[in-house]
Amino acid sequence: MDPALNSGDTAWMLISTALVMLMTVPGVALFYGGLTKRVNVLNTMFMSLIAFSITSIIWVLYGYQFAFGTDMLGGIIGNPANLLFNGIGVDQMATLAPTIPETVYIAFQMTFAAITIALISGAVVERMKFSSWLVFILAWVSLVYVPIAHWVWGGGWLAQLGALDFAGGTVVHINSGVAALALVLLLGKRKEVKLLPHNLGYSVIGAALLWFGWFGFNAGSALTAGGLAGSAFIVTNTAAAAAMISWVIIDYIKTGKPTLLGAISGAVAGLVAITPAAGFVTLQAAVIIGLVTSAVSYFAISFLKSKLGYDDALDVFGIHGMSGLWGALATGLFAAPFINELGTGAFYGNPGQIVTQIIAVAAVAAYSFVVTLLIGKIIDIIIGLRVEDREEIEGLDITQHEESGYRI
Amino acid sequence: MKKIVAIIRPNKLDEVKDALEEIGCHGVTVTEVKGRGRQLGITESYRGSDYRIDMLPKTRLEIVVQDENLEEVVTAIVETAQTGDIGDGKIFISPVEEVVRIRTGERGDKAV
Repeated sequence: MDPALNSGDTAWMLISTALVMLMTVPGVALFYGGLTKRVNVLNTMFMSLIAFSITSIIWVLYGYQFAFGTDMLGGIIGNPANLLFNGIGVDQMATLAPTIPETVYIAFQMTFAAITIALISGAVVERMKFSSWLVFILAWVSLVYVPIAHWVWGGGWLAQLGALDFAGGTVVHINSGVAALALVLLLGKRKEVKLLPHNLGYSVIGAALLWFGWFGFNAGSALTAGGLAGSAFIVTNTAAAAAMISWVIIDYIKTGKPTLLGAISGAVAGLVAITPAAGFVTLQAAVIIGLVTSAVSYFAISFLKSKLGYDDALDVFGIHGMSGLWGALATGLFAAPFINELGTGAFYGNPGQIVTQIIAVAAVAAYSFVVTLLIGKIIDIIIGLRVEDREEIEGLDITQHEESGYRI
Repeated sequence: MKKIVAIIRPNKLDEVKDALEEIGCHGVTVTEVKGRGRQLGITESYRGSDYRIDMLPKTRLEIVVQDENLEEVVTAIVETAQTGDIGDGKIFISPVEEVVRIRTGERGDKAV
């Protein structure tokens, strides 16, 4: 491609960046905020809000440079040639997206890092110290997100291996889901483990904003405003719709009644599952990916969670981890070369792609799990991860922030 | 004088209020409360898990009436708040020793 600025592409990427920002705040903040107890609503929303600002600073100072700098150390990390934003000119074109300015590419990628860490908060709400969360954001984005982004997207070893992840099934969803699982294993169960949403209306608005923002997330990952972006856009919507319908059907079969929380959980699971595949698969494959993913996440939440006994408060592992896993594998199955020449899946004559996908999933999951455990353990030893029992019962809004969500 | 405390379904409040007004009973204090009866609440389902909700939102009315109006008021409440399903609520009646209207200092039946 000719490295010349294309104003259409640039305009689309600026919009996409803003759309992905909307996914974190208010999307995730409202989605999670509505699902928690009323005494924790502010703390829950604050976790997403502060995740966005801390990640924004990390990203421009050094995060982007390590993640997307020229590959070094055999695919492990990027060369941080432009630390503190030095040497990144206003008119410089992005290496990995040659028709848009590098500044736009940096901003777009920044919003991905921010939502990934914000997603983790859903697992640990109602019991994690806010101060520990701040330290965790700093450490996790630097030590987990940045290297994994380099491996998969920045020209690192998984990219060299041919792993396919269009918009973040592995980098964002498996990564955040597995990290969430590691963190809740350290934190332990809440005193009151029920999922009794205090305001499902917030969650519906949050889920709808996530869906809306996801068009920027997935169609934006085409990095150009063209046919591929359009294809990613329509498969994203299709998979989300199919997954919502599938979850509602499962609800009908299991309990006899459709639930709204089930419907929006299904939609999010569908959006997660199509994310790695969005720029590689056909519309028909998107329907299958969407229909299947609800069953995968439903199984994880209703069976695996109680069987294994971990307290993933808002089912981050169940939805993002498990649907991300299915999406990554489905990409290896359904990637169609006539949609995107960069990906050929097992059904189009390249069974090896599924092996590559498994390697990528396993490597990212293992690295994310182990390093998150280490980070969490160190924070626990130094400042403690969990609030006191009294604070947990009273609610984190008052005890962590001296504020209250509702004053009637 | 008697005090009537009625625990009713929140969605029946407007109907009960209108019925009371029709029989000339205007004074009422309303509180939003939570509670449970013999059936021990209801079951709600979130993401495939069932949870028993044993404290349900209810509306509590407090009305003080003269003895001769008691039956009429109780009947009005029962007739309008009744659905026939579990959870319609209860009415508690107790004697009132004295009533004082703060504005005028009147006491007894005149102050009701």
